[in-house]
Amino acid sequence: MKVTDINELEGIAKSVRQGIIEAVYSNKSGHPGGSLSIADVMTVLYFNQMNLDENNPKWEDRDRLVLSKGHCAPALYSALANRGFFDVEKLKTFRNIESNLQGHPDMNKVPGVDMTSGSLGQGLSSANGMAIAGKMDNKDYRVYCVLGDGEIEEGQIWEAAMTSAKYKLDNLCVIVDNNNLQIDGTIEEVMSPYPIDEKFKSFGFQVINIDGHNIQEIIDAFDVAKNVKGKPTCIIAKTIKGKGVSFMENKAEWHGKAPSEEEFCQAMQELGGAR
Amino acid sequence: MENVKKATRQSYGEALAELGRKNKNVVVLDADLAGATKTSIFAKEFPERFLDIGIAEADMVGTAAGLATCGKIPYASTFAVFAAGRAYDQIRNSVCYPQLNVKICATHSGITVGEDGATHQMLEDISLMRTLPNMTVISVSDDTQTKWAVEEISKINGPVYLRLGRLATPVIYDETQKFEIGKMVQIGEGTDATVFATGVTVAEALKAKEELEKQGINIRVIDVHTIKPIDKEMIIKCAKETKKLISIEDHSVIGGLGSAIAEVLTENYPTKLIRLGMKDTFGKSGKAEELMKYFGITSEDIIKNVK
Repeated sequence: MKVTDINELEGIAKSVRQGIIEAVYSNKSGHPGGSLSIADVMTVLYFNQMNLDENNPKWEDRDRLVLSKGHCAPALYSALANRGFFDVEKLKTFRNIESNLQGHPDMNKVPGVDMTSGSLGQGLSSANGMAIAGKMDNKDYRVYCVLGDGEIEEGQIWEAAMTSAKYKLDNLCVIVDNNNLQIDGTIEEVMSPYPIDEKFKSFGFQVINIDGHNIQEIIDAFDVAKNVKGKPTCIIAKTIKGKGVSFMENKAEWHGKAPSEEEFCQAMQELGGAR
Repeated sequence: MENVKKATRQSYGEALAELGRKNKNVVVLDADLAGATKTSIFAKEFPERFLDIGIAEADMVGTAAGLATCGKIPYASTFAVFAAGRAYDQIRNSVCYPQLNVKICATHSGITVGEDGATHQMLEDISLMRTLPNMTVISVSDDTQTKWAVEEISKINGPVYLRLGRLATPVIYDETQKFEIGKMVQIGEGTDATVFATGVTVAEALKAKEELEKQGINIRVIDVHTIKPIDKEMIIKCAKETKKLISIEDHSVIGGLGSAIAEVLTENYPTKLIRLGMKDTFGKSGKAEELMKYFGITSEDIIKNVK
């Protein structure tokens, strides 16, 4: 399944966003802001780029994704559900005690989740491990790792970045969701990781800057990354936290807050109306 | 076996190379300590399956977790203080919670590290590791047991913490000795006291046993190579059969072997237990043997407490 039509992908991205809002609203808990900012990238990955089999989630030759910014699980779950790994209705059980959809991704509970994550800063290391294993076994699967821009304040990310370069992991593509906001404010105010592109460049990555909400640009960046040889790629996706829901956009307060009933209705309407 | 001394880290390196020959999925990681942890022996023979991650233990453990998701059996090695201490969160969240098949193999545990002093003497690792769900905790006492353990833990599909030492200690067992994960080894039938020991203290306990025999006092030594899962039956049996219970460990008495035994006794057969080990204190620089005397974890300390 590979969707190439841009309009169609934009439509899917809307469904992914609706799933995010439903998930966070249903049990009044979760992280909508960063989930919405990464929704377009996740849509392109799961519907245009990644080689997957929804009927065989553990297929050993599949492409893999580590959502290192694990609190954005709603974006991952919604992409997986829309892709057919499980029923989209299940999204409404997110964070419920009866549900397998944990607050942060759990690889043993949710089909399609390749790595458990949640404690920020750890995902790039495990993505490296997957990419190294692929090289050892002469497999041609690709590994994607989604980082938050605040998350890269964690030192382990830079330990791991050295490892990605040392082992020439050209089967690895890192995406930084650069929405510029973290819980306590803008990332410059709290602990600036800028210039992110220069940092990754100096750590040995091929760096591509894109508009993380432009589907065509996202596709092109992943296509370029596939042809980079001898080093890993880092795509810095400039995004808007809360993208797609007017009152959530660019507001740090929507990092980890669920909408009220009224807000939910408005959000769903803005995203194309209830399904 | 007498007079033969060998550090379990040395046995570890040799056993890893042996395992590497048998199992192609075994991958070894180190954090710039391959010469000291002895993973260099494996690295020399299997450079393509050896990853030196540099001085970055958190990244090493995370990388091991990723390898495990792809069917590899990673053995991640460094000093105990950097494994269980520095990389605790990675062991917890990237290895134990997802139940990944990663072996954390930690050398240089306890005060028997010696001269490097307190910053390098890990006294809390048994405590930290046994509290993690899904984790198996092994603490080996000699060459024979280490070689068994290195291969045996590759058959457990899940996280394992293997505690190893720097100090050369006597070879206790010959190659015919059988071990089983979760089953303590009973040495002797004495009923005057039971000494539960683990790692480097097993040899001390055996020395005490021999000395006491000369004085007509018969004790038994229990080699606790598996701290988790703990062998409840053996603890209860010894509590019933012997007059005194002592534990001895090169580790803090808070949360370590003594605590693990006390937990079983409290719930099943309340009995007094004398815990020898590090008494809520950091270590210090010195020769390993001097430090064992200084902090009270020698055969003489056992003898004093048996009497």
